Amino acid sequence: MVNTEIARRLQINEKLTAEVLTAFIREEVEKAGFQKVVFGLSGGIDSALVAYLAVRALGSERCHAVMMPYTTSNPKSLSDAQAVVDDLGLQALVVPISAPVDAFFAAMDERLGVPATPLRRGNRMARERMSTLFDLSAHFSALVLGTSNKTELLLGYGTQFGDLASALNPIGDLYKSQVRQLSRYLGVPQSILEKPPSADLWQDQTDEKELGFTYEFADEVLYQLVDLRCSVDDLIRQGYDAATLQAIVRRVERNQYKRKPPIIAKLSSRTVGVDFRYLRDWGQ
Amino acid sequence: MTQQVRVALGQVRPVLGDVKANLDKHLTWVEQAKGEGASVVVFPELGLTGYQVQDLTLDVARTLKDADIRQMVDASRDIDITFSFVEESQEHLFYVSTVYASEGEIRHVHRKVYLPTYGMFDEGRYFARGDRFDTVQTKYGTTGMLICEDAWHVSSPYLLSLAGSDLLILPAASPARSVTEQDQFGSQKFWQDLLQVYAQLFGVFIVFVNRVGFEDGINFFGGSGVVSPTGEWVVHAPTLEETLVVGDLDMTLIRRARFTTPILRDENKDLVLRSLNRLVHGQEARDAW
Repeated sequence: MVNTEIARRLQINEKLTAEVLTAFIREEVEKAGFQKVVFGLSGGIDSALVAYLAVRALGSERCHAVMMPYTTSNPKSLSDAQAVVDDLGLQALVVPISAPVDAFFAAMDERLGVPATPLRRGNRMARERMSTLFDLSAHFSALVLGTSNKTELLLGYGTQFGDLASALNPIGDLYKSQVRQLSRYLGVPQSILEKPPSADLWQDQTDEKELGFTYEFADEVLYQLVDLRCSVDDLIRQGYDAATLQAIVRRVERNQYKRKPPIIAKLSSRTVGVDFRYLRDWGQ
Repeated sequence: MTQQVRVALGQVRPVLGDVKANLDKHLTWVEQAKGEGASVVVFPELGLTGYQVQDLTLDVARTLKDADIRQMVDASRDIDITFSFVEESQEHLFYVSTVYASEGEIRHVHRKVYLPTYGMFDEGRYFARGDRFDTVQTKYGTTGMLICEDAWHVSSPYLLSLAGSDLLILPAASPARSVTEQDQFGSQKFWQDLLQVYAQLFGVFIVFVNRVGFEDGINFFGGSGVVSPTGEWVVHAPTLEETLVVGDLDMTLIRRARFTTPILRDENKDLVLRSLNRLVHGQEARDAW
C-alpha cells in the first residue's frame, strides 16, 4: 500500500463483519428452505474464509466442503484445503476433475483440429467444479456458497457460470485485503494466509502475475473509484500511474457482463429483468 | 398526564410480503408488551409488509379499513400501538404509513414525507409522499411521528418540536452499511449521533425502532432505543437480534431539560419564517423588507 490513509479506511471491524456474514448465511439459507451448504475448497484464502464463516453460522455438521483437484493442481492446494477440513471438522469430499475435463478436450481438440488454449481449459475446469457443486447441492439439499471477493468481482477475474456461480456469496463485498484481515481473525491456517493467491488452473499461475498488478494496489484503486466515487482523473492527479489505472478501469467496465444476468430483449409491458421487480426473497 | 411511561420497542424481523405472518407476530408481541406493563408498543417501518416490497406493493397494500389493519387497531384497547405498512388511499396512492392506535381507534396516520430514492434506495419509484408532520395527543404527552428518512431532514423534528412534541416516535428500516474499523456500522453511528443531538436540541424523548433481518443480502441493523432529552440512552436494543425491549421514560425530565437549556423558548420562529419566505419567494420578499 502506498496510501496509508486508504489502507486504514479499508480496515474492517472483524467481530462485527463476522457477525453480519454468519447471520447472512444462517438467515438466507433457512429462508430458502435449506439447512445445509456446500462449497468448493481450493486451498486458497477465499474459500477457506467461506468455510470458517459457514461453520460459525451453521456448525460443521451442516457444511459440506468439496475439493476438486486437477492433474496440474499444486499438491499444496489439496493439503492446505485438508488443513481447513481438519481444523473445522468438516465433512469433505475429494472429487478430482481431471477425467471429465481431459475427456472433454480430447474429443473437442479432435473435432476442432486445434488444441484448446489455457483460457478455454481454465474456464472448463471452473465450470466442471461449478457443475459438481450444483450436483452435490441437489444431492445434499445444500445451498452452494460462492467464494468470489469484491476485488475479483470488480476486476472480472473469474469464470462466468464457473467460480462466479453460486446461490449465496458471503464474501462478495469484501476486498481482497479485507478477506485477508478477516481470515486472520477467524483462524485460517497460516500457510494459506501467507501464500501468493492463485487460481491454480495451470502450473505456477499466480493472480498477480496474470493481472499485472498486486491486489494491494487494486484494492487501493478500486476502493477510491467504487466506494469513494473518485474519477480516474482524480487518481491521476494524486500521482497514480495512468496506464495501470486504465488497465484496472478497462477490466471493471469490460467485465460488467459477468456481474449481470443475461439481458433480455423487451417486447411486452412487463419483462423479466426490466420491470418485473421482486427480490429473490419473494418466493421463499 | 402520565409522568412515567413504559415503552416497548418491537424490533421484529419481518417476512417480506407475508402480511399474515407479520401480523401474527405483531399481535403476539403486543400481548408480550402488555405483559411487560408497557403503555405503548412501537414497531418498525413497514413491519407488516417487509421493506423492499417493489412490485409486491399491489399485493401487500392495505387501506385503513382493511381487516388486517382493523385487527391491529382492535388490539390497541389496553395498550397504544404504533405500526407501519403500505397504506393504500382511496385514490389508490400507496404510502409508507405509520398508524398510532389507542383504545381500539386510529388516532393518527403519518405518511412518510421523505422517500429516499438514491443509492440503494428506491422508494420514490413505488410510493407517494406524505405532505405533513402532525402531532397526536396521547396519555403521556404530545407525540410527533416521523418515519426513517423523515428524520434525516432536520426540518422534520424541528417542526414537530415547535408543534409541542414531548416525544418523537421514529420507526425505521435502516440498512447496516459502511463497515469500518469501528464496532458499529457507519449508518448506525450516524443515527445514534443524530438522535442524541435532536433529543437535546428539541428537549424531547425519541423512540427509535429499527427492524432486523436480511432482504436479499441487505441487513437491517436493529439497535432500537430511546434517547432522553439529556441525550442519554434510556434503553438500547442489541444489534442484529430480533427482540422486544422495554424502557421507562420519566417525562418530568423534559421540564428540567427545557429549563436548563431553553432552546425551544428562545427559538425565533418569525425569523425562520421571514428567512424561508425570502429563500422560497426570492425578490418579492426582499423588497418587502
